[in-house]
Amino acid sequence: MSDGEEIGARFRRFQERLADGSVGAGGPERPLERGVGTPGLDVPGRDWSPKTQRREPGGGGEGGRRGGGRGRGEREGITVPPVEFSSYYGRPILKAPVWKHDIPAYLFTGGLAAGTSLIAAGADLTGRPALRRAARVTSLAALGASTYFLINDLGRPERFHHMLRVAKLTSPMSVGTWILAMLGPAAGVAAVSEVGPLLPSRGLLGFARRIAPPTGRVAGLAAAALAPALATYTGVLLADTAVPSWHDAYPELPFVFAGSALLSSTGAAMITAPTAETGPVRRLALAGAAIELTASHRIETRLGLTGEPYREGRGGRLLRLSRSLVLAGAAGALLGGRSRLLSVLSGAALVGSAVATRFGVYHAGVDSAKDPKYTVVPQRARLEQAESDTDR
Amino acid sequence: MVSADSLFGPIDPAPDAGYVDAPPRMGFFTDTSVCIGCKACEVACKEWNLVPDHGLDLLGMSYDNTGALTANSWRHVAFIEQPRPLGRQTPALAGTPTGPSGSAHMAEIASTTPGVPDTDPGLPPAPHPEPAGRMAAGPEFLGMPGTDLPGRQGGGERTDLRWLMSSDVCKHCTHAACLDVCPTGSLFRTEFGTVVVQEDICNGCGYCIPACPYGVIDQRKGDGRAWKCTLCYDRIGEGMTPACAQACPTESIQYGVLDELRERAQQRVERLHADGVPEARLYGHDPNDGVGGDGAFFLLLDEPEVYGLPPDPIVTTRDLPDMWRRAGVAALTMAAAVAVAFVGRS
Repeated sequence: MSDGEEIGARFRRFQERLADGSVGAGGPERPLERGVGTPGLDVPGRDWSPKTQRREPGGGGEGGRRGGGRGRGEREGITVPPVEFSSYYGRPILKAPVWKHDIPAYLFTGGLAAGTSLIAAGADLTGRPALRRAARVTSLAALGASTYFLINDLGRPERFHHMLRVAKLTSPMSVGTWILAMLGPAAGVAAVSEVGPLLPSRGLLGFARRIAPPTGRVAGLAAAALAPALATYTGVLLADTAVPSWHDAYPELPFVFAGSALLSSTGAAMITAPTAETGPVRRLALAGAAIELTASHRIETRLGLTGEPYREGRGGRLLRLSRSLVLAGAAGALLGGRSRLLSVLSGAALVGSAVATRFGVYHAGVDSAKDPKYTVVPQRARLEQAESDTDR
Repeated sequence: MVSADSLFGPIDPAPDAGYVDAPPRMGFFTDTSVCIGCKACEVACKEWNLVPDHGLDLLGMSYDNTGALTANSWRHVAFIEQPRPLGRQTPALAGTPTGPSGSAHMAEIASTTPGVPDTDPGLPPAPHPEPAGRMAAGPEFLGMPGTDLPGRQGGGERTDLRWLMSSDVCKHCTHAACLDVCPTGSLFRTEFGTVVVQEDICNGCGYCIPACPYGVIDQRKGDGRAWKCTLCYDRIGEGMTPACAQACPTESIQYGVLDELRERAQQRVERLHADGVPEARLYGHDPNDGVGGDGAFFLLLDEPEVYGLPPDPIVTTRDLPDMWRRAGVAALTMAAAVAVAFVGRS
């Protein structure tokens, strides 16, 4: 046995807790507030039939379930959740993601790589060489980190190349793999082209020096063309699961991640590039803040019960921290543009906010999968709604 | 190629996956009303499929010492003790002066017994004990459940008891989220319409695990790959019955052509209703449900969540076209924001 525990130790602990009369293994001991007595079983005239029947096949309910308008109604219907529900020994129904911290870390580095690729292209086309260089190098570093995180998270890292066996639109992870596989080399070439000016001007290396800027521009533009997809597919990656708080947030998650990618990349650019060239970057930071704050506010308010993990617990704490950092960083970007120190500080706040957002959204989802409440209560409400619809 | 129709609604999965002249879809009908909780299915499955053992200990969850479907338990027999009679069964215990058959309290204590930590996430503890108590009392039960072992407290009469047992298994969904999200093609649809993991392909990315609306597929620790029921793909290809159904002594687990099983299940539930068991209901049989119907479906005697099943699962990929559309709009918004920021006043 892998846990190496003495046989029966688990059951002895169960018996001790039973004798103790309290509930909960690790947490504060809470005495049960239940009276001793014979359960009142024979409820006269009690209806034993199933509480809710499935919708009739082909009825109006089925078509309605697919429609967007009805979907919204369903969610609003559960904003006042019933607290009573049952679950098999209270255990979770879903299996929570087994991903390690590599995945939220990748969400951050992937967004950073995408945003800096876009900034590099913008800087290249508008003649801001220092910003271009900084963004290209950041993008390549972030892509390297992303690749490491993604492979390190696998249960069988040596089989990472099995991802390249197939290309599946139904698997956001497959789509993401191919986006990375195309964007990585392009961003790599763009970053490497920055060594061009350091090469000697004669011979073969001289030729490389001459073709470096145009090659870098083509590669950089190719990377920028793919970058928005890299920044937003991760929203689909999380939403395309049974995890209640992720799936229910699918309309907003790509926007949260697009905004967060802009915040992290503009923050990185404000740290690494001279203030003379970061005017557009500071404007972009404000746009990123607006997109991110609007989308995450919608998640927290629109979702009802499954929005709870975004407001409470680990997820809620991280997202509140993120919001404070966004506001601080955006204020710094707006007001302290010409100061190098303020630029670095507000850039760091923006990068920090993006990290907090990614980990916050991640933990909110994991927590929603670990509590059967978020699985059972909305589904019950949906069944009851469907039943009352067919009754009408 | 995938069309939107392949993501939701009633279809025949094997032809949809591209099989020409596929054999009829095969499946399981698990009639929990005749399950006796012998766990022969669990043992036969482990024996045939060489699934690792999961240790020897007691969880305190009635006779359930498996706890959940995991990478190392592809059949899981659930046990639920409830203080109520089953159908018109002669009350065996009611009136016996040995105290109440208190089980809600025990269920709440048992809800946090740790599972064996050899799979991930395996059997996690309950975040709150109350749903366990309501499971033992039944979701509609409003009386006050007992708080002690039967017989420990004097006085009062022992209540009646019904003991629900149900052998859970992978549902082999018509629209299988695990299969659709698998980025390596390790999970595939067989010609029998079942869903199987190719263990020589799986690289342990873990995406299938949160995708499953039933919480079935799980990761084996140390091994890193995802494992679940194969509906004995190696046996059914040879015309044999899956190990669990073969071992089941009461035919609670029935294997066969899915259409025939659905007919048989309908007759069985009607018979039970006529025999005074109105709480009997089918689960996962309806091709119009949120996953297009299950290849392995059930006859239950209480609400699905009491057995640890989601009451109304919907495959996450139903919304996938809409998700990609939203991501596309978000991507364009992002690109436009960058363009405006750089083109604007400098």
